[in-house]
Amino acid sequence: MMATPAPAQVNKVGLTKLDYKGAPSTLCQGCGHNSIASQIIAACYEMDVVPEKVMKFSGIGCSSKSPTYFLNRSFGFNSLHGRMAPLATGAVFADLSVRALGVSGDGDTASIGMGGFKHAMRRNVPMVYIVENNGVYGLTKGQFSATAEEGLQLKHQGVNQYMPVDICMEALAAQATFVARSFAGDPKQVKELIKIAFAHNGIAVLDIISPCVTFNNQENAFHSYAWGKDHEAPLHEIAFVPKLAEIQLEGEFEEGTVREVTMHDGSTVILKKLERDYDPTDRARAFQVLEEAQKNNWLVTGLIYINPQKPTLTDMHNLPETPLNRLTEADLRPRPETIAQINAMMF
Amino acid sequence: MPHKVINDFSITIGTINGSGSQTANVTLLRALFKMGIPVSGKNLFPSNIQGLPTWYTIRVSKDGFIARRDEHEIVVAMNPNTFTHDLAEVLPGGAFFYADDIKLPIGRTDIAVYPMPVKTLARAADVTPNLRDYIANMVYVGVLAQILGIEPDKIEQALSFHFKGKEAPIRSNMSVIQAAFDWAAQNLTKADPYQVEPMDATAGYIMTDGNTAAALGSIYGGVQFAAWYPITPASSLAEALNVYLPKLRKTADGKQTYAVLQAEDELAAIGMAVGAGWAGLRAMTSTSGPGISLMTEYAGLAYFAEVPVVVWDVQRVGPSTGLPTRTAQGDLTQIYFLGHGDTNQVMLLPGTVQECFEFGWKAFDLAEHLQTPVFVLSDLDLGMNQWMSKPFEYPDTPMDRGKVLWEEDLEKLNGLWARYKDVDGDGISYRTLPGNRHPAAAYFTRGTGHDENARYSEEADNWEQNLLRLKKKYETARGLVPRPVLDAVEGAQIGIIAFGSSTPAVEEARVLLRQEGGPKSDFLRLRALPCTPEVRQFVESHERVYVVESNRDGQLHQILTVALPDQATKLRSACHTDGLPLTARWVKDAILAQEVK
Ligand SMILES: Cc1ncc(C[n+]2csc(CCOP(=O)(O)OP(=O)(O)O)c2C)c(N)n1
Ligand code: SF4
Ligand SMILES: [Mg+2]
Repeated sequence: MMATPAPAQVNKVGLTKLDYKGAPSTLCQGCGHNSIASQIIAACYEMDVVPEKVMKFSGIGCSSKSPTYFLNRSFGFNSLHGRMAPLATGAVFADLSVRALGVSGDGDTASIGMGGFKHAMRRNVPMVYIVENNGVYGLTKGQFSATAEEGLQLKHQGVNQYMPVDICMEALAAQATFVARSFAGDPKQVKELIKIAFAHNGIAVLDIISPCVTFNNQENAFHSYAWGKDHEAPLHEIAFVPKLAEIQLEGEFEEGTVREVTMHDGSTVILKKLERDYDPTDRARAFQVLEEAQKNNWLVTGLIYINPQKPTLTDMHNLPETPLNRLTEADLRPRPETIAQINAMMF
Repeated sequence: MPHKVINDFSITIGTINGSGSQTANVTLLRALFKMGIPVSGKNLFPSNIQGLPTWYTIRVSKDGFIARRDEHEIVVAMNPNTFTHDLAEVLPGGAFFYADDIKLPIGRTDIAVYPMPVKTLARAADVTPNLRDYIANMVYVGVLAQILGIEPDKIEQALSFHFKGKEAPIRSNMSVIQAAFDWAAQNLTKADPYQVEPMDATAGYIMTDGNTAAALGSIYGGVQFAAWYPITPASSLAEALNVYLPKLRKTADGKQTYAVLQAEDELAAIGMAVGAGWAGLRAMTSTSGPGISLMTEYAGLAYFAEVPVVVWDVQRVGPSTGLPTRTAQGDLTQIYFLGHGDTNQVMLLPGTVQECFEFGWKAFDLAEHLQTPVFVLSDLDLGMNQWMSKPFEYPDTPMDRGKVLWEEDLEKLNGLWARYKDVDGDGISYRTLPGNRHPAAAYFTRGTGHDENARYSEEADNWEQNLLRLKKKYETARGLVPRPVLDAVEGAQIGIIAFGSSTPAVEEARVLLRQEGGPKSDFLRLRALPCTPEVRQFVESHERVYVVESNRDGQLHQILTVALPDQATKLRSACHTDGLPLTARWVKDAILAQEVK
């Protein structure tokens, strides 16, 4: 006799956590991107999101592959390297009740896709924009990305001589209405920030430090798990992930404290979690916090900035109640009698 | 005066870019059109905002020929920098009008010369001083009207249209025109044979440009999303969308059934359009050659991932930035294969302004039916110049939204469907759109290898089967694109194939060939690629077929050679590009030169 399985737990929309799963991941074991995918699943389940009411977007990269690994029942489009932002910008007009969720990489966003990224900010495209930031090009096997810190040494690349791009700073400068940073090894915070991002009406940028176990694993690497350890200081920062296991912070990571995290290769990252009384609606303060973090060589984590007041891109277009993609010929083709009027308007 | 030449000559006006002469030139063109005389206008302008020379040629043709001519019976010189050049251009027996403040030697006795007191009359005009230079152009309108016989009330109609009925500018411009007209009547004696007389050959026609027509056609095609990045000569297409969409496409409660976005570049413009097309909107972008280059990667993705999107290429002269304000038909081969790997794109080739409208709506039906990008190739000549045109015709077929499954369709299928399965044997599979609430609706779109269920796949077989299905789909497209237009005559000795804005030159060249004892010709005007069977039939049924086009390498000739390899030796290329629309004379000479070979 077979035992009757215990009824799976369901959320308010009657779905189990399995309903939010994707295909099995083909990323390296221990890749920070996998931790983030798990938290997207958890957040959507807990938020009672209807998967059919989400569309997933990405560019190209290991990070951009991850939309396959969550929300199987959501539409998805894995597009071109660096071109996720415009794709999502066009798609959000089709049905305003469908939430857009984008996953990009630091190469995808801060190098080849920087233009599109910044313009998505200034247009306030209603979408969650996650950057899985590992400081390298994972998929092309370990070249420097634009977020790699100056002085970083990589196996076949030598020493990076250039200053890094701070994705949160760029987002803020480009008028993003939601800017947050987290660390893949802090699942609780990642999940919470995903939830707030989903609730935000406008562009929500989540720069998630997501260690690449395979390529960016030098002791001194900013985006490595080891770097954190040596850089304990009072902001909300990032850690490294040991090979073959996703790095997780142990115990509670309290607001306002600093954590040093050991990465897969033994290197460390320092995370500083924003203070509990930090006011994320103050844009000047947000710049200041990012600037201070840069000076102290730590990565501040938490909700850095939010402005829920600004109209979104689609708000600006005075669209009808019915989704545009459900309008029919009767709605879309001007009536026959108008053609004479149009001809009369020509000379 | 020995003889009169009525309604059969060209007027070329040399001015300085940015001096406001376009209003004067278009006013003349429109007034002649309102007199019932077939006209065409070609604006030859520099890539600059102010200061460089610009020319405008108006051709009046009682026989209805509207191709560019490079003979100038009448020349108006308003620009001191080109005065000498312009003077030399006047055909013997022609007429030369010039602003009399230009003190340069004339020295020609084989033409009629008319000085015009432009500054004096402009100074006397009742306008603010800052408008004087602008209004000075109206002096040549008035003088030409008097000497050539253009009716002032028709000029007033043209001005009224230009200024959208606004009294003040109409009045001030008209007063200068009238003053110049009166001055010419009192001070000039007609010394040339050229004259216009009212006809009845433009009744039932409208006058507009191809970009406006394309925008309106797109609107009647139900465009819901357009993204664009400014570029000459395509910008006015998107700008026309912004003008006419609010008039034509608001719901009863004032909501917009569309969105137009000016993107940050063409990479983004097509990306946005692909996103919108994927999500089920009728989506388009409009650009020119440099933009097409940037759109290439997305065009390949849209082809491979099977996303409907319409791309207008208003061609200009390349390679590179080239001659941005001159015309060419040089993007044919680029777009035919646009994208890396094995790609075939569907292309529409409008040949008239009316067809810009028609293909504007048809392109959406084709794109959604075929789930693929559809490129519409216009050019600067067609897109930006004013053309007399048959009126726009209301679409004669209902919208074709293609194979889309909604909730109830999936219900009937018990949720069993596969995004890339060829169910109907035409290579076109079914798709679903975001927002579809059926639990089996979603699928994952990617530019990487995939199986019928849209799952990632590196399987050799999946890859090949999918590409072969795309090829089959392209064959389906061949059966759906607009057929060519054939003009056959009794006893034709040669065939001619041309497309787009080269058409008027070819049509006139066929008459010239006959007048000069050349061969009788049949004409096939190609309206789309891939080639439909009529093209093969046409080539098969002629001994020699000339492929006439405005580019250096004979791009259509190349495409036809590959498409009809067994007929290749019959195909002869007649191609030419210097930035200007082809003339009938050039086409005739190019054919005759190869006929004697
Ligand atoms: C136009 C183009 N150029 C280059 C590539 C090769 N490429 C693929 S992924 C990638 C970098 C990905 O880096 P990132 O976005 O940081 O993602 P990660 O793999 O690190 O998660 C590059 C350069 C490409 N796919 N397309
Ligand atoms: S290479 Fe790096 S980024 Fe890519 S899957 Fe492996 S660990 Fe992740
Ligand atoms: Mg990366």
